[in-house]
Amino acid sequence: MNKMMNNSMKPSTGKTEQGLSRRSFIAGVAGSSLMMSMGSLVSGCSSEQASQALASGDLTKLFSPNIWFEINGAGDVLINIVRAEMGQHVGTSLAQIVADELGADWSKVSFKHVDTDPKWGVMVTGGSWSVHTSFTLLSQAGAAGRTVLIDAASKLMGVAAETCSVENGVVTSGAKSLTFAEIVSNGDFSRTISEEELAAMPVKAPADRKVIGRDLRNLDVADKSQGSAVYGLDAELPGMAYAMPLLPPTRYGSKVLNIDESAAQSIDGYIGAMEIKDPSQTVQACVVVAAETMPAAMKAAKAVKVNWAPGPTAKVTESAILAEGARLAADPEVGTLYVSEGDISAAKAGAANSMTATYTTSTALHFTMEPQNALVEFDAEGKCHIHAGNQWQSLILPYLAQALEMPENDIIIHQYYLGGGYGRRLFGDQMIPAAIAAREMGRPVKLIFDRPTDSRFDCVRSPSVCSFEASFDADGALSGIDHAVVAGWPTKGMAPGFLGTGIDGEGKFDGFSISGADHWYTLPAHRVRAINNELAQSTFLPGWLRAVGPGWISWGVESFLDEIAHQQGQDPLAMRLAMLDGAGKNAGGSGSTVGGATRLAAVLKDVAERAGWGRDMPANEGLGIGVGHGQERGMPTWVACVAHVAVDTASGDVTLKKLWQTIDVGTVVN
Amino acid sequence: MVNFMLNGEVVSAESDSDTPLLWVLREELKLRGTKFGCGIAQCGACTVHIDGSPMRSCVTPVSAVSGKSVTTIEGLASPVGEALKTAWTEAQVPQCGYCQSGQIMQAAGLLESNPNPSDDEIVNAMNGNLCRCMAYPRIKKAIKTAANGGAMS
Repeated sequence: MNKMMNNSMKPSTGKTEQGLSRRSFIAGVAGSSLMMSMGSLVSGCSSEQASQALASGDLTKLFSPNIWFEINGAGDVLINIVRAEMGQHVGTSLAQIVADELGADWSKVSFKHVDTDPKWGVMVTGGSWSVHTSFTLLSQAGAAGRTVLIDAASKLMGVAAETCSVENGVVTSGAKSLTFAEIVSNGDFSRTISEEELAAMPVKAPADRKVIGRDLRNLDVADKSQGSAVYGLDAELPGMAYAMPLLPPTRYGSKVLNIDESAAQSIDGYIGAMEIKDPSQTVQACVVVAAETMPAAMKAAKAVKVNWAPGPTAKVTESAILAEGARLAADPEVGTLYVSEGDISAAKAGAANSMTATYTTSTALHFTMEPQNALVEFDAEGKCHIHAGNQWQSLILPYLAQALEMPENDIIIHQYYLGGGYGRRLFGDQMIPAAIAAREMGRPVKLIFDRPTDSRFDCVRSPSVCSFEASFDADGALSGIDHAVVAGWPTKGMAPGFLGTGIDGEGKFDGFSISGADHWYTLPAHRVRAINNELAQSTFLPGWLRAVGPGWISWGVESFLDEIAHQQGQDPLAMRLAMLDGAGKNAGGSGSTVGGATRLAAVLKDVAERAGWGRDMPANEGLGIGVGHGQERGMPTWVACVAHVAVDTASGDVTLKKLWQTIDVGTVVN
Repeated sequence: MVNFMLNGEVVSAESDSDTPLLWVLREELKLRGTKFGCGIAQCGACTVHIDGSPMRSCVTPVSAVSGKSVTTIEGLASPVGEALKTAWTEAQVPQCGYCQSGQIMQAAGLLESNPNPSDDEIVNAMNGNLCRCMAYPRIKKAIKTAANGGAMS
């Protein structure tokens, strides 16, 4: 998992690595604003050239910024945000990190969600990564900006830079002070800070933070409380046609036999229906119906009749996919080795006793409140402009390039607020039929999915099967757990380059369909196999949903531990605490994993105490306990929860009475 | 042609009389604060006031508002409406925000008829308005704040 994160999240640049030098920070004046940026210089380009390019507003040739912000002559700080806003208030959080180190006056900070451009590097918002993976970079960028401002201010004030401090948008030295506005208006800026200087740049101690960790108002909330926030579905262009999709019976392998438009011809404003022929084969056998107005498009979508030859998976059911998952889980010969601690074969062979359990989950839809949509226009130069909210622009751009048979750099995705992401908008596949329709019709097209088509087009979370086998030695002690995890893999279907390799060097796995199985409990022997359910994979497009793996995998792990405790007559809390000893690989590392399993033990103890674990309970009521450590082993949030439930003995219904949670999230930014 | 009052001004809609009010508002009259979620009155994102009552505009033909008064989130300027918008920001209610216009319009309808609702009355009035981000606790908190004249409870 760490490997995958590193691959995808390193400050990539959208250009070949060979063409870039190491990271540096540059500052320069453009117009009346001070522009500041951290990124990589193109090799062969001097920092002076880069500063000039920055000042001219064109960074693309000489510099690939990971973060770019500016301070205007009034002292307003504008921070460009490459991450998508879908309810997590990411722009505010990331701006807080920069503003804290910069010493900015928070009331003068704003941000902008940028459109796609190769200069931004990888654009992805998912996996709960944004703050975790950006924190150091943005802190350094803010600190570098502060250094540039102090240098300029110290010259203006005639004092030594070492005597200056920055707070609330003001640089102060003794009795003298200058505001950011005054410094930007009068200062001399042309500055490059090298990677070595950046690494040595003083970053604030946590106790000195002024903006991070404060309960600030999120900068997107006011618009969202007035009806003025603009989502993808709200985008409009002059002369646009409205379109709706008609979807085939299966995601893959269906064929359009004929399209009957006769009942639609009388609809006022009806334009026509077309089969979308997608060379990338991402969207297959989709028909798009177009009209001059949205109501006409809705009527036409009902009136146009399409006859499809269904694909080979038309009769595959949910239960068939789960049955295939169970079959695969029981087959010892399949799967990719993900965890192998101790000797599981010896534990099983020498077991005096064993117990098994299987946990299944069913298909889960994303069901974003804003249905899928995209507005596409080809400009006079032939460039393709796509207006839609999206979480992983860098993923869909190559698909679009293949679908449209045009260079990736001629396709621009314009970002909007996302009316729900939850992982659905990691894939922008809805853009493909919209773009092909716009090209064929020679005018802007706004493609809108209605609720049924949005649901059918969803890349749902796959049905899953987790099987566990626990072995116990002659003394009754737990000697090992063998775990098999079977599901359709989103990463295989959409981003196969990010599949991980088994720990024995054999086979591939989807980190997002296995994380959580690599938990923090110390076991004498522990094996985990990741298994792809090919029937799921060929029937639909599996998708990433929310927490991604731990959302369903940790549920199985925790439930199985409870079943072991129950069978062994052990206290579920004491049994967990004994296994959360922080030994070996569970000791944790530096940064966010510091403390490892002992931090999970700490939240578990705390929540148990608060909930009164072990106390006498009324008849037919009880307490249950469990932990979570998502999202990944490399960036854990330590969570423990106690649930108080009551069971109706007649019906078997379970009623939740109260939940207690203790959460150790590390550094809180927002 | 259907004439009605929209946020205090007389408007004429040229869309066919069976066109859902939602699409007249969004695409003909360009008021896009009212959202499309389900199209079958099951999510509440499209809620507007018709003669003061919260209604689902996605299933209301524009002909049904002929001669009536329609208020959308953009025109919600009553004391209750202002109190709710302020409370929504104070309580930092929205996450993705897509459902929130509908939530606020539904809440305004509640407070106009019941200025001091109990928790159960809030839940009963609001349970047809879905929020996929699960902002429900803050929605309830903001409604109580607005009902208390802006004091955070």
